[in-house]
Amino acid sequence: MNRLAKITWLETKLFFREPAAWVIALVLPTFVLVVLGSLPALRTPQEIFGGQRFVDIFLPSLMVITLATLGVNSLPMRLVSQREKGVLRRLATTPVHPALLLAAQIIINLALAVGAVLLLIGVGNVLFDVPLPQNGAGFVASFLLGLSSVLTTGLLIAAVARTTRSGAALAMPLYFVVMFLGGAYLPRVFLPDFLITLGKYAPPGVQPLLDSWTGAAPDPVQLAVLALISVAAAIGAVRSFRWE
Amino acid sequence: MSVIEVKNLHKRYGDRWAVQGITLAVERGEIFGLIGPNGAGKTTLVECIAGLRRPDSGQALVLGLDPQKERQALRSRLGIQLQDSQLPDQIKVWEALDLYSSFYEEPADWEELIVALGLAEKRNDVFARLSGGQKQRLSVALAMVGNPDILILDELTTGLDPEARRNIWQLILDVRARGVTILLVTHFMEEAERLCDRLAVIDGGRIVALDTPAGIVARTGGEQRLRFRPSAPLDEELFANLPEVRRVTRNGDTVIVTGTGNLVQVVASTLAQRQIIAHELRIEQAALDDAFIALTGEKV
Repeated sequence: MNRLAKITWLETKLFFREPAAWVIALVLPTFVLVVLGSLPALRTPQEIFGGQRFVDIFLPSLMVITLATLGVNSLPMRLVSQREKGVLRRLATTPVHPALLLAAQIIINLALAVGAVLLLIGVGNVLFDVPLPQNGAGFVASFLLGLSSVLTTGLLIAAVARTTRSGAALAMPLYFVVMFLGGAYLPRVFLPDFLITLGKYAPPGVQPLLDSWTGAAPDPVQLAVLALISVAAAIGAVRSFRWE
Repeated sequence: MSVIEVKNLHKRYGDRWAVQGITLAVERGEIFGLIGPNGAGKTTLVECIAGLRRPDSGQALVLGLDPQKERQALRSRLGIQLQDSQLPDQIKVWEALDLYSSFYEEPADWEELIVALGLAEKRNDVFARLSGGQKQRLSVALAMVGNPDILILDELTTGLDPEARRNIWQLILDVRARGVTILLVTHFMEEAERLCDRLAVIDGGRIVALDTPAGIVARTGGEQRLRFRPSAPLDEELFANLPEVRRVTRNGDTVIVTGTGNLVQVVASTLAQRQIIAHELRIEQAALDDAFIALTGEKV
């Protein structure tokens, strides 16, 4: 079996042996959808939601839970913990470069993000008649750019944090901000205008997801910001990643 | 060509020199020991040899390869057991070995290694559930799984009970019998005496002695001590004229004769001439402990 495949398979097994991360990333968004969607008021068009139902406009914010948890929380904390424990160092004594472990983590997070989103869309559509994303191409582009922006940010945090404590000090506040601006704690319609605007440009790009879902074209500037963040974070991570 | 050649190696952390000008050579198939107090530089030295740390000056060559520049080539031929390296909490013992064996072209049979290191009962346990000694043994197994030509072991038997310790010693001797060269960092005098063909005593980043264990002991006097209970009262002057005897003391009924050379034969024949029998005779060899203290002025 190819080395990367073997490491990826093992890391996947390990990921699912510890409940917290995958429950929050994979199950929580759909769970919240089901709970909220069962309230009739949220399935009725409302003025405050621009004449739409709550469930129609909230799914992108639920996606933010998945993307933020995987990219800005789970990925950096796992990597920092493994470095701190000496797992990366031990790998460095074998013919395999520890970078393979990083590659495995990225693959796993990618697969989980896709899985969680498909689950969300599927359940929303089947249970609550939430329409599928209308602008398919735009949605996929927004999703991929959004995912890369949080994953690369997570890699940058993992690159510079020496210990799990300093990693948490960097990751947790950022996680909170990303979740908040994405409307995961409080629907964005209830936020003050300047925070709504800020949230349009913050990773993982809740606005492009929302726009493409309803059939509009995502704002190219917002997409460009996500791309820029991804590139800058990736370069920063590659330059400064410490293997010990 | 020596399997490991170290020439005038220096390594510092900040302004503290951990390794100051160490030169040594390890020959194929020998078990070479590094012994010294904490902080003497032993671990830093082996990390430089393994390519995990870059020396500040001097050179290390392993199998003719530069551990820094030709890292990839060396990785498949050198196995190092890292003292304080952990694994992910949730990984099972067999999973770790299965994974690591997949990294090598010609790995060892890891099922056999599990048995050889006494981990068979723990095969399906996760890393977090292992005791300190079991984690240590897993670490040794991971170092061996690639069938290396050179094995570097750091504090091999710390935290093991005497039986486990002996089993591992036998394993190391078996591994050496297959032609593997072993560099062993140890604290443990008995281990050094039992396993090592040659030994370097390291203190303050320098080598203070390099010889066989017996040679190091001999260098520092190599005293012997005889204790016995004489069957008849005896006068200490009896031994005073013998050149082999250094001193005679008493402890209640017990007589203690300290000296060198053919001490045992000389004392025995002296007693025989007086028809005195030595009851409960015990002979103590000066141990590496004593040599070590003499060389470094500290206990290990």
